[in-house]
Amino acid sequence: MKRWWPPLVLLAAAVGIWELVVRAANVPDYLFPAPTAVASSLADDAGLLGRATLVTVREIVAGYLLAVAVAVAIAVVLHFSTAFRRALLPLLVLSQTVPTVLLAPILAILLGYGIEPKLIVVAVVCFFPIVVNAVDGLRSADPELVRMMRTLHGGRLAIFRRVELPGALPAIFSGARVAATYAAVGAVFGEWAGSSSGLGFVILQAQPALETARIFAAVLILSALALGLYALVTLTERFLVPWQPEATHA
Amino acid sequence: MSQLVIESNTAPPGGSDVDVVVRGVVRVLGGTRALDGVELDVAGRARVGIVGRSGAGKSTLLSLVAGLDEPDAGTIAVGGEAAARERLARCALMPQRDSLLPWRTALDNAALALENAGVSRRDARRRAAPLFARLGLAGSERLRPAKLSGGMRQRVAFLRTLLADKPVLLLDEPFGALDAITRAELQAWLANALAAEPRTVLLVTHDVEEALLLCDRVLVLSRGRMTAELDVDVPRQGPRREVVTSPGFVQLREQALEAIE
Repeated sequence: MKRWWPPLVLLAAAVGIWELVVRAANVPDYLFPAPTAVASSLADDAGLLGRATLVTVREIVAGYLLAVAVAVAIAVVLHFSTAFRRALLPLLVLSQTVPTVLLAPILAILLGYGIEPKLIVVAVVCFFPIVVNAVDGLRSADPELVRMMRTLHGGRLAIFRRVELPGALPAIFSGARVAATYAAVGAVFGEWAGSSSGLGFVILQAQPALETARIFAAVLILSALALGLYALVTLTERFLVPWQPEATHA
Repeated sequence: MSQLVIESNTAPPGGSDVDVVVRGVVRVLGGTRALDGVELDVAGRARVGIVGRSGAGKSTLLSLVAGLDEPDAGTIAVGGEAAARERLARCALMPQRDSLLPWRTALDNAALALENAGVSRRDARRRAAPLFARLGLAGSERLRPAKLSGGMRQRVAFLRTLLADKPVLLLDEPFGALDAITRAELQAWLANALAAEPRTVLLVTHDVEEALLLCDRVLVLSRGRMTAELDVDVPRQGPRREVVTSPGFVQLREQALEAIE
């Protein structure tokens, strides 16, 4: 708990200054809303924002799980096949140079306005750090452990299951934590490219109406969602990697 | 100590009296001859120690015998079989560091080889558990390696090697990381365990005293060659302090140390 209060104090101070500056300079809400205006939008638009949040949460969670599953599967294939690693890894890096902003509309054209294109955008944004970390984690198994396994009836599969995979879990999770912070942004991109609901859609609609406070409220919720996903992943790691000495991560 | 009985569903290949024969082995690593014409004979169930300085080629020799590596010249046969996979099938290696898997409890670490061999986790645990009590590890079954002392970790690592149910044990500096007192304790412990569970043992160490206490024969490896061979024919019963200060023991130690120089 002690580690929590410095960022909280800093955040509270920033919000306080923000409120003071906006009031002192008489900035209109549609230009730059004060924190209190954002708070009252959260309360007034609770129904609208709540429904949108549910939609976006579904996209984030499903897309993220898809990313983790695909990333780990790809990492395992890359780990077992040198040929695949040589052929596929450069292409995966190349794929990251395609801007998601451009990918989203293409997927919307191909797959329509449903949840599928959003899942794919979220997954595309999230999977890369997981793949890279998982491949590194699998390859960094202690060769001494592998030698020991070989003299103890350990075949290739046993070495993978009992040494390489558990050993790679911390690395996989650090990739997964980085990816968790991208998921919300991915969902918004997906919604912007074509949707009729979700927090990204709320932002898109509020913009021409100059409902700036509502945009801020939606962004606030998106940040909270990303933070929540990050916390959930960290918790899962503590559960699945209990042998890890006291967390080296925040 | 009561008799250890390891149930086994698979007889170790070649029976339990498996010998190791090394002829003219050369292994070149990084441009130098790590092993340069090594000869070695270990009879079934004999215990042979190999001493030498760091870098003398001791670990390289164990890797070769284990079938984890192939010599550049010469032959190695374990139980009469020279192929690497046949050697691998007969040898269990206890590496320098304990190499316990941090994600497994002590009991599951000890049962590792059984699980690798296809025994279910439940049965593997059931077979490993009685040995824990008999070898002074009772109560530590559910602890992860991080919670074990250095001495306990080495005991679990040795148990794991024993439970692989292989006729040849290759011990690479098994107590190198321990303090002197724990080390002496574990040497006595290992002598008991091996008396109860006789195997063909090849023990590599830089500690001459350790080799003389645990082995029937001690070879000195220096710059990739065997330079001396000592039969340990002194009595080793009784307190350690008396054994290591007896004239015969002291003489053997001097001979070994001289050959290492």
